Amino acid sequence: MHAFLHVDREGALRAAREWDGRYARGDALPPLAGLPVAVKDIICTTGMPTTCGSRILAGWVPPYDATVVSRLRDAGAVIVGKTNLDEFAMGSSTENSGFGPTRNPWDLERVPGGSSGGSAAAVAAGMAPLALGTDTGGSIRQPAGFTGIVGMKPTYGRISRYGLVAFASSLDQIGPMARTVSDAALLLHVLAGRDPKDSTSVDLPVDNYPAALSRGVQGLRIGIAREAFGQGLQREVRAAVQAAATHLGGLGAVLTEVSLPSLPYALPTYYLLATSEASANLARYDGVQYGLRVPTDDLFTMYTRTRRQGFGNEVKRRIMLGTYALSAGYYEGFFLKAQRVRTLIRQEFLRALEGVDLVLMPVSPTVPFRLGEKVDDPLQMYLADIYTIPVNLAGLPGISVPCGFPGGLPVGLQLIGKPFDETTVLRAAHAYEQTTEWHTRRPPIVEKRERGIPHADSGRSAGTRERETEKRGSARTRKRPSRKFRKTRTRK
Amino acid sequence: MSIDPSIVDRVARLARLELSDEERQRFTRQLGSILEYCATLNELDTDGVEPTSHVLALTNIFREDVPGTPLPRDAVLASAPDHENGFFKVPPVIETE
Repeated sequence: MHAFLHVDREGALRAAREWDGRYARGDALPPLAGLPVAVKDIICTTGMPTTCGSRILAGWVPPYDATVVSRLRDAGAVIVGKTNLDEFAMGSSTENSGFGPTRNPWDLERVPGGSSGGSAAAVAAGMAPLALGTDTGGSIRQPAGFTGIVGMKPTYGRISRYGLVAFASSLDQIGPMARTVSDAALLLHVLAGRDPKDSTSVDLPVDNYPAALSRGVQGLRIGIAREAFGQGLQREVRAAVQAAATHLGGLGAVLTEVSLPSLPYALPTYYLLATSEASANLARYDGVQYGLRVPTDDLFTMYTRTRRQGFGNEVKRRIMLGTYALSAGYYEGFFLKAQRVRTLIRQEFLRALEGVDLVLMPVSPTVPFRLGEKVDDPLQMYLADIYTIPVNLAGLPGISVPCGFPGGLPVGLQLIGKPFDETTVLRAAHAYEQTTEWHTRRPPIVEKRERGIPHADSGRSAGTRERETEKRGSARTRKRPSRKFRKTRTRK
Repeated sequence: MSIDPSIVDRVARLARLELSDEERQRFTRQLGSILEYCATLNELDTDGVEPTSHVLALTNIFREDVPGTPLPRDAVLASAPDHENGFFKVPPVIETE
């Protein structure tokens, strides 16, 4: 599957043994004691490489931990490794990784989504019960939907971004990925809160998310976003998401329709704003302080050649687009125009959320597509994020929860909440999940493996999966990409 | 929207990217079609709409000016492509352009 770029076998086993010892002694245990967590390889970890899926950072080991990583360690989590991603989180399929693509455990010929495709595949296949993803335009929710797991993008500002390698700073958020909503709530509770090292992390009270899950949806007002069910939405995805809405209605939620007229403009808005921010953020990869340097006699050529060799196609394309949109003569017409449309989109969401508690729409317009299907057509690839991008532009919390498997391929339901109201989002997702069976399904290859292990459990919570994950982790130790995957990449 | 190769060259220079001939052609074509798609934003009337650079609209987050512990120099230089006497080392700057 190639879910991991790096597995820290020795470190993970050492930490697990330590927690086993504390457990045996009857010590008080923190909330994630001994739980394996996979971390997307764009989040800084001391003692483990952080490559961002890019050749330009191959082998780089950060001198500090991201705040979320410190919080995981303090909560007792065992960080098992770093997961694959589209280079610098730019992509919707994990095919843009500089180290070869990740495959979808539900169908190895299909993509797991992206950019957090490695984290999604790892959780879906039972390699780790919990993972960190990042979401700039859908990079947690879309792969969660494509792999039949739960993924949440919290409100912008809910979780510290300190130590998250920046792609588009006004949109990036870290979030939990898990098999169930309650596991995601547990992880979010550990991650959320103000951090003095990130001035955009907000000093607001953090609810006890796991404790608030069981309140049900009775009387909750859910608005179905009219514009999200138009052209381009696959028939079976539409059917699954509409059935999920009806199901929530059956649980006592009050269903209405809401209108977000500017929704179709979110995608072009995003591709101007995210690329502009990226073109500035990625200026730091110049061969001076870390990562790749192509040695030359003069500084300018060192910059240009290092970046030519170190960056992949999509990253170059986005840097070019963003640089263009910010350059003299185009700034007003493209960049500033997009920022104004962003205001419209945010206002429409906030207005809709005055009348309802949650907005409901699909996560993605299609089921997982095949590897190679969209790599030559950037616009087609961008359309995979058409329903997730608006939520980042508006800065709202959104979740993907499994709501169907047409033809054996996962479909995600998206619920979007008011700013900093993660509780209501999780609560509704939990009510839906606990009254449906989708979250109990396992990819065929995983079922086959579990049948082969005498005492394999098909338990649903994070607390019951440890041993099996250790075994998987050790079997998957991989430091360098295989030749086979490199070949796949050069074909593009 | 048509983008010609000279614009692509100018943008690549601004972005400090060296392009191959194949990339120059491909980006000319692809940026043209992406920008054409982006130009659909002009269908929306945004007169009088304030731009959103950031959803939180935060300004001036202050903290006490207390010195913390900086990253250890050795740990930072350990991943530098080249360094000397505790500094990052680069090719001559003056001869450039």
